[in-house]
Amino acid sequence: MTPAIVAMSVIFSIVFVGSAVGFRAGKGRQMNLEEWSIAGRSFGLLFMWLLMAGEIYTTFAFLGASGWAYSRGGPALYIMAYITLGYVISFYILPYIWELGRRHGLQTQSDFFEKRYRSRALALLVSFFGVLFVIPYLQIQLTGLGIIVQVASFDQIPRSVSMLIAVTLVALFVYFGGMRAVAWVSVLKDLLMILAALTIGIYIPIHYFGGVSPLFHTLAATHPTHLVMPGATKTMGHAWFISTVLLSACGFYMWPHTFGAAFTAKSGRILRRNAIVTPLYTLSLAFILIAGFAAVLLVPGLTNGDVSLLMLARKTFPAWFLGVIGGAGALTAMVPAAIILLTASTLFAKNVYRPLFAPQMSEDGIARLAKTMVLILALTSFGLALHSSTTLVALLLLGYAGVTQFFPGVVFGLFWSRVTAVGVTCGLLAGLATAAALMLSHRDPFHGINAGFLALLLNFAITILISLLTPRQPNPLPLAAEEETTTTAY
Amino acid sequence: MRRPSLPAVAVGLIPFLGMCFSVPLWDRVSPMILGLPFNLFWLILWIVLSSGCMALANRIEERHKKKGSTTP
Repeated sequence: MTPAIVAMSVIFSIVFVGSAVGFRAGKGRQMNLEEWSIAGRSFGLLFMWLLMAGEIYTTFAFLGASGWAYSRGGPALYIMAYITLGYVISFYILPYIWELGRRHGLQTQSDFFEKRYRSRALALLVSFFGVLFVIPYLQIQLTGLGIIVQVASFDQIPRSVSMLIAVTLVALFVYFGGMRAVAWVSVLKDLLMILAALTIGIYIPIHYFGGVSPLFHTLAATHPTHLVMPGATKTMGHAWFISTVLLSACGFYMWPHTFGAAFTAKSGRILRRNAIVTPLYTLSLAFILIAGFAAVLLVPGLTNGDVSLLMLARKTFPAWFLGVIGGAGALTAMVPAAIILLTASTLFAKNVYRPLFAPQMSEDGIARLAKTMVLILALTSFGLALHSSTTLVALLLLGYAGVTQFFPGVVFGLFWSRVTAVGVTCGLLAGLATAAALMLSHRDPFHGINAGFLALLLNFAITILISLLTPRQPNPLPLAAEEETTTTAY
Repeated sequence: MRRPSLPAVAVGLIPFLGMCFSVPLWDRVSPMILGLPFNLFWLILWIVLSSGCMALANRIEERHKKKGSTTP
């Protein structure tokens, strides 16, 4: 057997076992919309942790982070900082979102905007842009899968074919499995991912350099500027780091699927305790970054940094272990892709299609439409992934610049009673327009500062200003409501 | 449920000071600690410290809530 066949069969076995685990979990439960999309609001601490890690540690963390450590150097450290700080922010907003969700039956991000601001238009805007910005995120996963299969098959299976296989698997998985199935596969995926990260990050420096210390001493001597910012770039200095970390940390839970994950928890306390344990998961990223730095010395001259981790693994390990790493990578792409597809399609059916075209649609009708949307979205991102050549990090930053513009509306919606629908809408549109203008004209970073972050600042300023200028609006979702009702009841 | 208490929010700001705003102070290769460049080591250290900050904020919030429910 050639190494390519060995590696590919290991990858497919892992993907097969993963899918089987998922399908079993979903069996025997009645699949209404709430069960399919948010698992009937039933997840405890362990499952929550797995699901959240499942959607955060994507192919991006696996291939994109090492790819940036390889091609950009120091600026890649932003990833460790922003994920940790994203969890810190989650502590202060997710329990409240969950509480309001339980009290008012919210299922999606757009439900929150609609009920809080009593504005159909704003809710529609949020769902539309939510689905739009999730597409690059989905594209990341498919591109990552394509890279894995291409490298592991020793370039015998072309990337387009492997992406087609991947997208079919993911769509089928979501279509039949639902959210509970996805959370179960997360278990397998996380175990494999930690195993792969530790092996790569520990074994490679020891095998080639005799330890981590000699690796970094060599790298510091041969590439003196690579390990600090701006590394191999000209524009990604400290101002870029601060603005990008703040933007991404604020946007961490603004994705429709990460925001929606809050609703799957069993209680608000679970989300708070979750924020204590989840940062520790970020430690595994350090090993991936170390591998990316090692690749600078060991596999120099790659045009696409995103392949560096796998090329290094292919050079170092026997074919079967390359298969294990590839399988772990494949699951880290499939799980988030499945979660995104599930959330985005529910969002589209429930919050875009129904209000616009079919107000009388039943919950079952929505569930059917959502499942059709899974296929449509999967094919759209497949088409985009085929024709795009952007790096994984660039795609992620594009999505973040967009979704983070929801942040003022969410935070003010929770904690500031004076905020108005008009204010949030104006701020959101101004933020989106600024981000789009700067990024599409290739002026990101703008004078060394992340363009999306500048857009966010403008968004905040306009939201506050217009809210104060427009008449006060009652808050239909006050946080303290339940305490009041319970005290009057007793 | 009430909004987060002020001390809990203050504790939440500490990781931002450690990992984000202070970057010019720690973005250096030397001194290498445990074989890691100083900036990488610093971030790893702060991941652990951030988890600790969240545990502290959680205790503050839970105590805050208890106090609130016993004295109506």
